[in-house]
Amino acid sequence: MRPFSYVSAPDVATALRAVADDPGAKFLGGGTNLVDLMRAGIEQPDTVVDITSLPLAEIGERPDGGVRIGALVRNSRLAAHPLIRARYPVLSQAVLAGASAQLRNMATVGGNLLQRTRCPYFYDRTAACNKREPGSGCGAIGGFNRGHAVLGVSGACIAAHPSDMCVALAALDAVVEVESVRGVRRVPMASFHRPPGETPHVETDLSPDELVTAVELPPSPTAANSRYRKVRDRASYAFALVSVAAALEVRDGTVTGVGLALGGVATTPWRARRAEHALLGAPATEESFRRAAEAELAPATGLPGNAFKIEMARRAVTATLRRLLTEGSPA
Amino acid sequence: MVEVRLRVNGADASLDLPPQVSLLDALRERLGLTGTKKGCDQGACGACTVLADGERINSCLALAVQYAGREITTIEGIAGDGPGHPLQAAFVRNDGLQCGYCTSGQICSAIGMLAEHGAGMPSAVTEHLCADGAELTDDEIRERMSGNLCRCGAYNGIVDAIREFAAAEAER
Repeated sequence: MRPFSYVSAPDVATALRAVADDPGAKFLGGGTNLVDLMRAGIEQPDTVVDITSLPLAEIGERPDGGVRIGALVRNSRLAAHPLIRARYPVLSQAVLAGASAQLRNMATVGGNLLQRTRCPYFYDRTAACNKREPGSGCGAIGGFNRGHAVLGVSGACIAAHPSDMCVALAALDAVVEVESVRGVRRVPMASFHRPPGETPHVETDLSPDELVTAVELPPSPTAANSRYRKVRDRASYAFALVSVAAALEVRDGTVTGVGLALGGVATTPWRARRAEHALLGAPATEESFRRAAEAELAPATGLPGNAFKIEMARRAVTATLRRLLTEGSPA
Repeated sequence: MVEVRLRVNGADASLDLPPQVSLLDALRERLGLTGTKKGCDQGACGACTVLADGERINSCLALAVQYAGREITTIEGIAGDGPGHPLQAAFVRNDGLQCGYCTSGQICSAIGMLAEHGAGMPSAVTEHLCADGAELTDDEIRERMSGNLCRCGAYNGIVDAIREFAAAEAER
């Protein structure tokens, strides 16, 4: 690993100042992604600003009935928290579906939002990758792309976003709170991650000196009836081929509320707006679910290695909604 | 160089380390605690699992400097100076290992896992998220231990050993 200097920030202001004054500096949270990327030589910060001592590890109820999650809350604590389990079960399930218990004990909510793709060409420094080295090409498009995206792709990049947690946050309309020396701002999940376009190395709406400080979950009666379904090559400890985060509210046989997002199939945590639009006000039937899934996947573009994901995603959406309708939430 | 005061298996150690040194390398190369193994060195295999304040972590992805002041427990601390830990004995009785390279990580992980389960933490296979204390079925053990790979494939014995140990603990 390339040597770096290390600073442990005692408070948020010190952390923000340290990164604002040093373009080669990066924040370090749980380290489960950044340390790995540094060891692989993909990230090479001059200075590492350790933020794990900052007071950002609380989960609390907001006056409006929503929940505020500090950016340094560990994934395992988030999944186990009584408020999350009861009111946002899809989020508990999504977090528990990701990584391993050891990693969840280390990884933070803020770091999960910022984790980088697991595309093998991104990790292989001898391969072409526009995300790692802009302008160098994409090894995945004509290569091994079984794990890659079919939605939100560009001619420059088809890397899938790896997070499970973010898929649930997208379905729940979460808002990310970020802070820099210029102040605090709030970014909706829908605009936090950026599709690759011609600049796949730009992955989020964050400036390099901005720190994720919290995630806010709005109050939602729909969220209590929610679940996460993950389809993968082995039963545990694998990234998603397809995942679905769904929240569903049905009254008198009609869909009155829905939040839907997809993982494993897109370059960003994919909010399924087309499907939501098709579902709202529709009868809560298998046929409506299937039609909504088809609407969402209509713009998908598959390659020989990953086209199977399109039908897999349609089926996963339909099955997740069906299960919510018949069995309710896992809470 | 940074001065890192580690507390490992109940003893304090002060080390001068470059900040990029992992907790795993500090334990093995600086403190001579070679029971903790380096497998993949990228958080994928679990061989390096240790406990930090009782919680299991991958020591290969942990910078030693980030764990200053935390109570680190390795397999040496779990085994102690006597006949070993009863979970180690259960692994031996149930053929929970072949080559043994993953075993230190498996044992540390299982101890952390049982503490998580005892505290009511759900897993990805827990049917009802809000129910108190999911039963520790074989499916639960397998899911909760999925961060520890065994390339010899001793999984059945590992599950047997953990189930047997957990049942004996519950009776105590």
